[in-house]
Amino acid sequence: MGPYLLLLPATAVIGALIGWPAVQVGLFSFQNYGLMQISGVLPAQWIGFANYSQILHDPEFWSSLRISLYFALVVVPLTLIAGTLVGLLLERLGPRMRTFVSVSAILAWATPAVSASVVFTWLVDPDGGVVDWALTKLPWWLGGGAHWAGYSWTNAALPAYAVLTVMLVWTGFPFIAVTVLAGLRTVPSELHEAARVDGAGPWRDFWKVTFPLLRPVFLVLALLSTIWDFGMFTQAYIVTGDLGNRDEYNLGLYEYSQAFTQPPHYGLASAAAFVLTIILLIVTVGYVRTAIKQGALA
Amino acid sequence: MTRKAVLNLLGLLVALFALFPVLWMISTAFKPAGEIYSLTPHPVPFHPTLGNFRTVFSGSVIGISYWNFLKNSLFVTIVAVALSSLIGLLAAIALGRFKFRFRTTYLILLLIVQLLPQQALVVSLFIDFRKVNLLDSLVGLIVVYTAFALPVTIWMLRNFAATVPKDLEEAAAIDGAGAWTRFWKILLPLISPGLVSTSVFAFIFAYNEFVFALTFLGTDTAKFTLPLYVQYFYGQNSTDWGAIMASSTLFTIPVLAFFLLTQRRLASGLIAGAVKG
Repeated sequence: MGPYLLLLPATAVIGALIGWPAVQVGLFSFQNYGLMQISGVLPAQWIGFANYSQILHDPEFWSSLRISLYFALVVVPLTLIAGTLVGLLLERLGPRMRTFVSVSAILAWATPAVSASVVFTWLVDPDGGVVDWALTKLPWWLGGGAHWAGYSWTNAALPAYAVLTVMLVWTGFPFIAVTVLAGLRTVPSELHEAARVDGAGPWRDFWKVTFPLLRPVFLVLALLSTIWDFGMFTQAYIVTGDLGNRDEYNLGLYEYSQAFTQPPHYGLASAAAFVLTIILLIVTVGYVRTAIKQGALA
Repeated sequence: MTRKAVLNLLGLLVALFALFPVLWMISTAFKPAGEIYSLTPHPVPFHPTLGNFRTVFSGSVIGISYWNFLKNSLFVTIVAVALSSLIGLLAAIALGRFKFRFRTTYLILLLIVQLLPQQALVVSLFIDFRKVNLLDSLVGLIVVYTAFALPVTIWMLRNFAATVPKDLEEAAAIDGAGAWTRFWKILLPLISPGLVSTSVFAFIFAYNEFVFALTFLGTDTAKFTLPLYVQYFYGQNSTDWGAIMASSTLFTIPVLAFFLLTQRRLASGLIAGAVKG
């Protein structure tokens, strides 16, 4: 009886505020839940797969899915590569320099998403932003030039996502770097020496010695980063301008806008939310299996 | 150049990349308007001013001072941290110190629940909260933050609860200590370092949270928490970058300071996916 009683409050709170809403999203996705239904004028009706079929025929859904996939398939690897390189660099630095660089990196990681989004928007602002200024000063053979003066980054999808890419790498690389560094320190130095004796350079040493040993760490990092970047919301919401630019939606913004721009379509939003959740659940299950294999439950 | 010099130079470049946005934010916050929109921006203000901060504290842009939003944020965050610590502690004791059926299943479910996308759940929570009058209310936010901080809290605290030796409790029981005394005198003091770590995580989560605040607080500006305030301030005022950077500096610096002070404690929770990127 003891343990069940102790678990009761937590189970009740999590069940009511996370479990039940998750089930409800599934239920709403099969109903015509909208303005009339939430205000109680009309009852909600079951409409089968109509919400899903409407979404799947919506070109905006596909473009938002494409943008979310871009973040999972391009930005995640970029972040992993940048983070790993910094982790390898940190391992080779002296203790003081290592502390300085890792503390600086951790500060980037700790910056709240809202602040990071607002600050990056200021950095790329067309009137007074430092990025446009720096680009006009860059020599032409590096792509610089006067045409960058007053360049607007956030009004079109491609430049806005270039900004978000840099921002997510900036936010994400420190966590990777610090975790990789912790992993690197568990690799016995004899292994590196043996590789060197066999004539392996740094490149071969990384792929033949370090990477195989750290493969589980990389797997966990890749899955977590995918969950974060595929499901990104706050940064995309702020940088693309508060749901104002429909062609800049990722899946999270698309789903949210169905429910919270007028008129609200909670049923459609729930169907989109369900798709988003299922995709992320597949990645999550992979993550949980990996974590358990690595002894997270021990 | 020696190998060491090259490595140090690379290290400095990485540190510069990491710190630049934060430093630029702080420096802009102290610049007068003339320097902010200058044709050649400088990293350090020539004539530093507190004018931007004065704008933020006086509330001259949206009619309400920064203090009001700081108060809202601290209220919501502190209550949510206290509640999730208390409820999480009970659950962690169950999971860390008892063997029972479904224990492993419960832990796995917690890990999955922790990674569910919040912007997906917010739709049905919005509809539920509308029915029970928890919209436009800080209490509603407290309830949600408590629930969403719980999985990580339980997951991390469980390890601390599991490491308290059983012998210690048994010895106390032989000496005639009841369950209550054993909890206060043995279990709680040994778990309290874990409670500090989980509180740090819950604090950062609740203080930074954006999606729920955005959805639930709607139009009642006076109830905004800090992240919502910073975003709203930026939206109302998108040309006064000095004041915007002052508001986001005031919001960000406490988090960074808090992080530096507690970073050693954070290491253990990172891999559990405790903080979202």
